[in-house]
Amino acid sequence: MTNTSILVEELLTSAQALDVRDVQITLGSSCIVNHMSFSAHSGELLAIIGPSGSGKTTLLKAITGERPYSGSIQLGGYEIASLSPEAQALARGVLPQASHLSFPLTVSEVIGLGILDRRQGRLARAHRIAEALALVGLPGFEARTYQDLSGGEQQRAQLARVICQVWDPVAADGTQRWLFLDEPVSSLDIKHQYQIMKLAKDYARRGGGVIAVMHDLNLTAAFADKILVMKYGAKVQHGSLENVFSEKTLTPTFEMPLDITRSKEGTFQVTPQLAELV
Amino acid sequence: MTDASLPRQERGLAAIFGLTALKHGDRASIARWVIATLAMLLIATMIGSLATGPILVPVFDLLPHIPSHLADPSAPLPETVSLRDWIVVMDIRLPRITLGALIGAALAVSGAVMQGLFRNPLADPGIVGVSAGAGLGAALFIVLGNAALAPAMAVLGIYAIPFAAFAGGLINTLLLYRIGTRGGFTSVATLLLAGIALGALTGAITGLLFYVADDNQLRDLQFWGLGSLAGANWEKVASAAPIILTMLLATPFLARGLNALTLGEAAAAHIGIRVQRLKNISILLVAAATGASVAVSGGIGFVGIVVPHLLRLSIGPDHKYLLPAAALLGAILLIGADTLARKIVAPAELPIGIITAFIGAPFFLWILLRNRGLTGL
Repeated sequence: MTNTSILVEELLTSAQALDVRDVQITLGSSCIVNHMSFSAHSGELLAIIGPSGSGKTTLLKAITGERPYSGSIQLGGYEIASLSPEAQALARGVLPQASHLSFPLTVSEVIGLGILDRRQGRLARAHRIAEALALVGLPGFEARTYQDLSGGEQQRAQLARVICQVWDPVAADGTQRWLFLDEPVSSLDIKHQYQIMKLAKDYARRGGGVIAVMHDLNLTAAFADKILVMKYGAKVQHGSLENVFSEKTLTPTFEMPLDITRSKEGTFQVTPQLAELV
Repeated sequence: MTDASLPRQERGLAAIFGLTALKHGDRASIARWVIATLAMLLIATMIGSLATGPILVPVFDLLPHIPSHLADPSAPLPETVSLRDWIVVMDIRLPRITLGALIGAALAVSGAVMQGLFRNPLADPGIVGVSAGAGLGAALFIVLGNAALAPAMAVLGIYAIPFAAFAGGLINTLLLYRIGTRGGFTSVATLLLAGIALGALTGAITGLLFYVADDNQLRDLQFWGLGSLAGANWEKVASAAPIILTMLLATPFLARGLNALTLGEAAAAHIGIRVQRLKNISILLVAAATGASVAVSGGIGFVGIVVPHLLRLSIGPDHKYLLPAAALLGAILLIGADTLARKIVAPAELPIGIITAFIGAPFFLWILLRNRGLTGL
């Protein structure tokens, strides 16, 4: 391999990354995210964990273009703030934390909003919507009214909308797409928690990038490739499971004594030390 | 999150539209069918209204001659047509019906756009004080048009009053948006209360104008109170039509954005909608169309709330179909109400605002009551 080809490869790799450099986000006079720097790569599922109020969602909102920030956030080599909403919409889908509708759309109408290609015919759309619903475990829910669904079903219907928006993890021109998920499994039962996390992991395996804000440490341990630990708006640690899943890191972060064990298959298991609590 | 209480409220709103849950299958085909029916109904209503009045006119004998007359107004009338009937239809009833159709469409679409924009099914230009603002703008020109505002009057001509009404409506809409919206969500209570306050304040200023008005101006001012299509003529049609038609032609381009706003502002932006631009254009269009309507017919209430609601029950909230259907049903409703207004106490006539209020106010209360336990009102 020549030097030039290595250089090109490096450029390509960096272009497919999400690069956060020295990002600061303030609300009024308080600083919510402080000098945050990290990189995420397509093909990986990055989980952001940390106690409530640590700035995880705010950081994600800066990455999704919702919040002004200082510093630099580059997606595929482009500064987020300089990308048009249309361009961002093609590059990434966002699953927000809470979703309520102002009007009673049906499930298929909600998901249809995620299909950006307006040249797609009605049959193709209907087919895509059915596929997406099957993926999130809601087959045949098209004609249901969104507001009549349970919280967990609503969350999965929203995920189906987001999946439709960035259906192919790698676009036809080779650019990778991203899924930004804010607590994607917060209102799901255990079966669907695993189903949805598997779906996200699969998206990354097929070449897309996934960033998920997570609360459940065991789910994080089971599915994340990389982990960013936050507290007080700052980075505590960023790295692989082996680096992050230690009592030394997690116990002070969550201010709770935690036992971390590893199964024979190598999966980390986090359990609170109950004796200390009583 | 402050949104903790919202899902409950949203489910409450769903209860209003409970009927839509019954509809299974493809709502798009239902919507197209409804729109086609409404179009035919509009034509029937227009013909019926043309035939209604103190003078009995053989409308079907006259109808075939109208297109050729519009193409060449100087052409002589065929001998079978009486000049009296012709004048009644062409100079009195037809401009009035055209104006009614335009205003009905403008008010209904304004209501639908505002509800989409505020993410709230109770928003309406009449209820939240936009019409009051437009009324103040128009009243200013009626009273001061020959004095302080004479130069502007000279420049703007027949568009002076619609323009002033537009400016007044725009100011109130912007204020309302500032006050009623927080974090992209508009609360029903804040919106209604802020609208009432703004409407009262604007009405008070309009009231002050009564004291500086002369007798002629007073008569003109009176007319803003309840709204009426009396005094409709082709000049009024010409002053309102460009603004209202522009709005009606522009709304299809808002449909996707308003649909996306249903998900919330953040989610709309996530799927590539330029939310701020959408809001600006919507506010501008609503203020312009409401202004044009108020300028020629005064404040006609409740059309903007009744029409979109009825339509959402049958075709669902998709703005791609809701907006054109609202234009049609709004036109039908207003022409129908105006025909009633002319008929009930003939040969005198009622202000049309009384009729729309009689239909709309109970409807509005019904929505509130059905929803009372759930919206925190």
